[in-house]
Amino acid sequence: MLGKRIIPCLDVKLGRVVKGINFEGLRDVGDPVEIAKFYDREGADEITFLDITATNDGRKTLLDVVERTAREIFVPLTVGGGIRHEDEIRDILLAGADKVSINSAAVTVPGLVGRAAERYGSQCIVVAIDSMRVDGEFHVMINAGTKDTGIDAVKWAQEMERQGAGEILLTSKDADGTKAGYDIEITRLIAESVGIPVIASGGCGKIEDFSEVFLKTGADAALAASVLHFRELTISEIKEHLAENNVPVRLGGKREW
Amino acid sequence: MIAIVDYGLGNVASVKKALDFLGISSELTKDRNEISSADGVILPGVGAFPYAMKRLESDGMVDFLRKTAKKKPFLGICLGMQLLFDRGYEIEETDGLGLISGEVRKIPDMGLKIPHMGWNSLVFSGSCSLLNGVSEGDYVYYVHSYRAELKYRENLAAYSEYGTCIAGVVQNGNVFGTQFHPEKSGDVGLRILKNFGEMCR
Repeated sequence: MLGKRIIPCLDVKLGRVVKGINFEGLRDVGDPVEIAKFYDREGADEITFLDITATNDGRKTLLDVVERTAREIFVPLTVGGGIRHEDEIRDILLAGADKVSINSAAVTVPGLVGRAAERYGSQCIVVAIDSMRVDGEFHVMINAGTKDTGIDAVKWAQEMERQGAGEILLTSKDADGTKAGYDIEITRLIAESVGIPVIASGGCGKIEDFSEVFLKTGADAALAASVLHFRELTISEIKEHLAENNVPVRLGGKREW
Repeated sequence: MIAIVDYGLGNVASVKKALDFLGISSELTKDRNEISSADGVILPGVGAFPYAMKRLESDGMVDFLRKTAKKKPFLGICLGMQLLFDRGYEIEETDGLGLISGEVRKIPDMGLKIPHMGWNSLVFSGSCSLLNGVSEGDYVYYVHSYRAELKYRENLAAYSEYGTCIAGVVQNGNVFGTQFHPEKSGDVGLRILKNFGEMCR
């Protein structure tokens, strides 16, 4: 049976993890490679790096981080942040990422998702959608959630699937940062409207938020950041909780390497 | 040394990275002398069946790989596993390497999402040295839209359930295949690659 995935997301700037991470037992708490390894050992099903640098130097540093991570982590690695051209995708994949995530440029660069899917295969193209409630509708937000495109989020998800997206990473800007739980309404709407996997993101604060999003929506995966980074919850705790609630998950346990 | 057949498709480097991590020496190569002198061969691959076969044909590799697979441990991964079969029906009917009897067809529509993507658990249906140290129920990472339909059940070592049966590990003598990506399947996948490495000594 296919397991539901738990995906830690690391914000990376100039090759360093940005949000303060307070871990014991790590040599360098700002090194994305060390933190990715830590989460891998804990049972992360995938790792996501979000590059928030947006300069050329930063991108080179990121590629170096991806390359070092891919030598030590043997679960899928997704890299996103500021991707505007399909050649950038090639560089990231060659560095060792398995998937890239495209956010604003899916809106602002017409045809990018289609060209990227054609060239590299849908399986490695994740389209990130930031959704926000505006006058009773769900709109697609871009530029880190600051600009309302007026586009309907559900229709946009379907359009992205049609163009060749292999997965949707859905962040609710209404829920993000609230710690009040994933946005069940929009996650359910989008998961029911597309035939590709949906990753829920934004809002998780307690362990029940994870079982809720999987039991009440068709989400295939849940992304989490600060709740993991600040050790409020561990991935193994979350997965044990999910298993107790009959949500299929890959439990860790083997620690050979 | 394990030769990883480099035929210009997919992220073949990730298989090498996993072998490096395990301390198993390997080379990405399409040089026949190098493949001939290797202790084992891995055929990776991400992409479409007909393009992969055309690529192997234009490199003059098809008959060479068929002969090589009779002599030493041979592992196909993902599309590389599918190519081991008699023929595939992705895009157009295409002959495969014919090392294991069966065909590769689209995963039947059981109302589930296709591609079959993510972590799925293994059900054992035979014994296979590739699975030493792996337990039934262990999860492995799949990404694919086509599946192998085997002619003989004895060639099936393990499968996963996805509304239907997905052949996960196949074997015919010294020819092995995994539909999932062992190089992306965490500790379980590393164990499988280590087992293959041990056969190649």
